[in-house]
Amino acid sequence: MAAKPKELAFDPLFDNNPIGLQVLGICSALAVTTAMDTAFVMSLAVIGVLVGSNVAISLIREHIPSSIRIITQLVIISSLVIIADQILKAFVYSISLQLSVFVGLIITNCIIMGRAEAFAMQNGPKESFFDGIGNGLGYSVVLLSVAFFRELFGTGRVAGFTILQPVSEGGWYVPNGLMVLAPAAFLLIGCFIWAVRSWKPEQVEEEFHIGALPEPGFEGDLR
Amino acid sequence: MEHYLSLALKAIFVENMALAFFLGMCSFLAISKNVFNAIGMGLAVIVVLALTCPLNNLLYHYLLAEGALSWIPGAAGVHLEFLTFLVLIGTIAAVVQVVEMVIERFSPGLYGSLGVFLPLIAVNCSILGGSLFMVEREYTLTESLVFGTGAGAGFALAIVALAAIRERMRYSNVPEPLRGLGITFITVGLMAIGFMSFSGIQL
Repeated sequence: MAAKPKELAFDPLFDNNPIGLQVLGICSALAVTTAMDTAFVMSLAVIGVLVGSNVAISLIREHIPSSIRIITQLVIISSLVIIADQILKAFVYSISLQLSVFVGLIITNCIIMGRAEAFAMQNGPKESFFDGIGNGLGYSVVLLSVAFFRELFGTGRVAGFTILQPVSEGGWYVPNGLMVLAPAAFLLIGCFIWAVRSWKPEQVEEEFHIGALPEPGFEGDLR
Repeated sequence: MEHYLSLALKAIFVENMALAFFLGMCSFLAISKNVFNAIGMGLAVIVVLALTCPLNNLLYHYLLAEGALSWIPGAAGVHLEFLTFLVLIGTIAAVVQVVEMVIERFSPGLYGSLGVFLPLIAVNCSILGGSLFMVEREYTLTESLVFGTGAGAGFALAIVALAAIRERMRYSNVPEPLRGLGITFITVGLMAIGFMSFSGIQL
């Protein structure tokens, strides 16, 4: 694939969004989005791990026997996640406590495995680097926008700053408690996909078909 | 006994893996198009979670936790906790492989219907999530067995229910851009609201 770095880095933002279209990595996308700061730290961690694993796997792609490639990828990814986890614990300890198990779950985040398998195994390190950045950014866009709405309507704050003065602090805004609970994340992502697909109708699914996730029975699928 | 029952109920309903913690979402959405496949996936998740949770518990307490190596003379000060992720995911991948081989050897019929889901499970976040929760909440061996089975059953329940809803939804007129994934997310959101009514239940 002779795509330009710019395309590789910006295409996944809306045209080929890893969450909206490829349906990868939604587990963590939903759980860490109750506030902007956790979503931001999580995005950084995912971008870091994704770029690292893409480059590392693409560098040694000629030497990985295909029968053990999944376990090889897992080992590389989990080593990177361990590093990310240690860094978070060292520098932003309180946020790392809030993220709890979800830092560890970056290992099984399908974006990382999916990009390693689908892109880094076939392309050189430079392309893989930009692909990692692009998909990481696409993930961050969804994460941050969901977190923005959840925090704004759930608590009246954005990234800790009060925007809508809540009633409890003498203001007028009654916080919508549903927004900080689990179901709101599903509803918001549903609406996000709805918005993107109304804007770009070519992404509408022909049939009930989920992108990058073939029906079981296909050889070599991941999840 | 009551304690374990309460833990199992909590794992199945209140802290449902898929609907309260969003774990295993990828397979949750991908394999919920028909009920038959969803049942297969659910069973496979139960088996693997029930095996990996206690196994990882043993490994964590006798290999990784602080002071865990005291059974080796002179190694009491070694602290391997930073390897947790690597060991957990390694165990999971190995267990999935072994389960697959055992099922293939002894029950080819079951393998035919369950086998295709097993590779998908190795990287399912609900499995790793189960083990990580087990470590974080410091469960004992029995507790982790109960928790693993319960969490698996909760996931199975949720995926079968979603598959049944999606089968029905095929006949409804959904707005075009919302078709497929969008409406599925919203359905799951409504299901999660339903499951929230279980919160606070205790024995």
